[in-house]
Amino acid sequence: MEIDPFIFRFSIFILAIFVGYYVVWSVTPSLHTPLMSVTNAISSVIIVGAIVAALAGDNNKIFDTANIFGFLAIILAAVNIFGGFLVTHRMLAMYKKKKKDK
Amino acid sequence: MSSNLLAVFYLISGVLFILALRGLSSPETSRRGNFFGIIGMAIAIGVTVISIGNFSTGFIFLLIFLAVGGSIGAFIAFKIPMTAMPELVAGFHSLVGLAAVFVAISAFLNPEVFNLGFPGNIKIASLIEMSLGAAIGAITFTGSVIAFLKLKGLMSGSPITFVGQHFINLALGIALIGLIFYLCNTQQEYLFWSLITVSFIIGILLIIPIGGADMPVVISMLNSYSGWAAAGIGFTLENSALIITGALVGSSGAILSYIMCKGMNRSFFNVILGGWGANEESSKSASKEQKPVKSGNAEDAAFLMKNASSVIIVPGYGMAVAQAQHALREMVDSLKKNGVKVSYAIHPVAGRMPGHMNVLLAEANVPYDEVFELEDINNDFANCDVAYVIGANDVTNPVAKTDPQSPIYGMPILDVEKSKSVLFVKRSLSPGYAGIDNDLFYRENTLMLFADAKKMTEEITKSL
Repeated sequence: MEIDPFIFRFSIFILAIFVGYYVVWSVTPSLHTPLMSVTNAISSVIIVGAIVAALAGDNNKIFDTANIFGFLAIILAAVNIFGGFLVTHRMLAMYKKKKKDK
Repeated sequence: MSSNLLAVFYLISGVLFILALRGLSSPETSRRGNFFGIIGMAIAIGVTVISIGNFSTGFIFLLIFLAVGGSIGAFIAFKIPMTAMPELVAGFHSLVGLAAVFVAISAFLNPEVFNLGFPGNIKIASLIEMSLGAAIGAITFTGSVIAFLKLKGLMSGSPITFVGQHFINLALGIALIGLIFYLCNTQQEYLFWSLITVSFIIGILLIIPIGGADMPVVISMLNSYSGWAAAGIGFTLENSALIITGALVGSSGAILSYIMCKGMNRSFFNVILGGWGANEESSKSASKEQKPVKSGNAEDAAFLMKNASSVIIVPGYGMAVAQAQHALREMVDSLKKNGVKVSYAIHPVAGRMPGHMNVLLAEANVPYDEVFELEDINNDFANCDVAYVIGANDVTNPVAKTDPQSPIYGMPILDVEKSKSVLFVKRSLSPGYAGIDNDLFYRENTLMLFADAKKMTEEITKSL
């Protein structure tokens, strides 16, 4: 009997939850704010769905309702991707170690 | 590009995202981690565009919209002050939520492009997945908008409760499940729209009863939701990058919520059901008779700290409000010149989001190895001469250990009371968020400094 591809995806999902669990526990508490902003940025990978929704199908259909929703989602996700990664970068650049005293 | 190759690339970007989070285990590796995240995102977007292979009008529009959204995002990222980070994160969560809703709508209206069937005849499994994605996305959206408004101060930070609130939430939750069920049976479009509307309402109702100081839990929770929404959409679109990312973000947010709840010794449900410390508590403390307090000025404080051998700084939300972090760092610099050993103690729920105080101190150029978490520094209070509490209150209240009746009983606190003397910078004697009086204010060895946190700190620096 063949296994439904859904089960494969579900396995990935469950394993990824465990990976996330262990990885996030190892994040130092002082970096919890950058953790939130970077998770926010990466969850905007939803943009791949938005791109498919906006571009797929006929070229003369790009202004159908479904495609317009895709384009709107692209804008929202793009704000998040650039905003999220850049603000994380800005924060991380501030974390400095004590300068060695002379 | 073959769909197998495409799937491999999505897997690679999923792995890069894991490395991005992994990098945050220490500040040294974190910057490289962020870079991995950016590469992962670039790969995911790049291969998606190539696989569609549409490089005509639509592609140009894609570039335009990417540029528009990207420049808005970049502009915000560079302009935002660090004290506004909680609002920013809440605002960003709302965008992920809304994007998930839009993608779900698009998939519902035009399922062919995603190979999900045809309008009116979408595969049941896909329909369930997109309904869940849309519902969680919609809850994330309105919930984050409310959190944003509360954090920005555009809406009162105090809990909004009304009779039958929990009943209405429950009814709406049941209605949501019913709508998904009927949608799968009938494939009617209006059911899909009502499902999204109901979810929008649930998002609002879920967040309005939660008060300001519980925001760390709320933000983490919404962070988690935005991940589950992305995962839901990932299942619909059969995209492993989205599924992996959604699971990572979902569990990350859940862990943060857990840490925040533990920092307050409250259960998750207790926070979500909301309304904590609304009325009864504050009226109780207001009726208390006035007790004598020792208050002092900047010179007294400067004298105490200059003659101390070690000082521990306890920052709280008040420091963020007064933007006192730079002034604080200057004060600490002068203290160090006088040979005083200074460290910082951070309570897990200090501020309005996880890690809030750490970012502010980092912004003020405080080296991160002088900043300690509660469990690492709590024993040091016994050996410290002065504890300088700036804008914190409830997290130092010894009542959490002594009075089982107190709403904050059992909450881990910073043992400020054990230090030889305590300096409280506060604007008034008003109780903190939990609405309970802080016994420490009236102790022999406590000196209250009634002033704005920033002004007081600057004056102390001058007197040093």
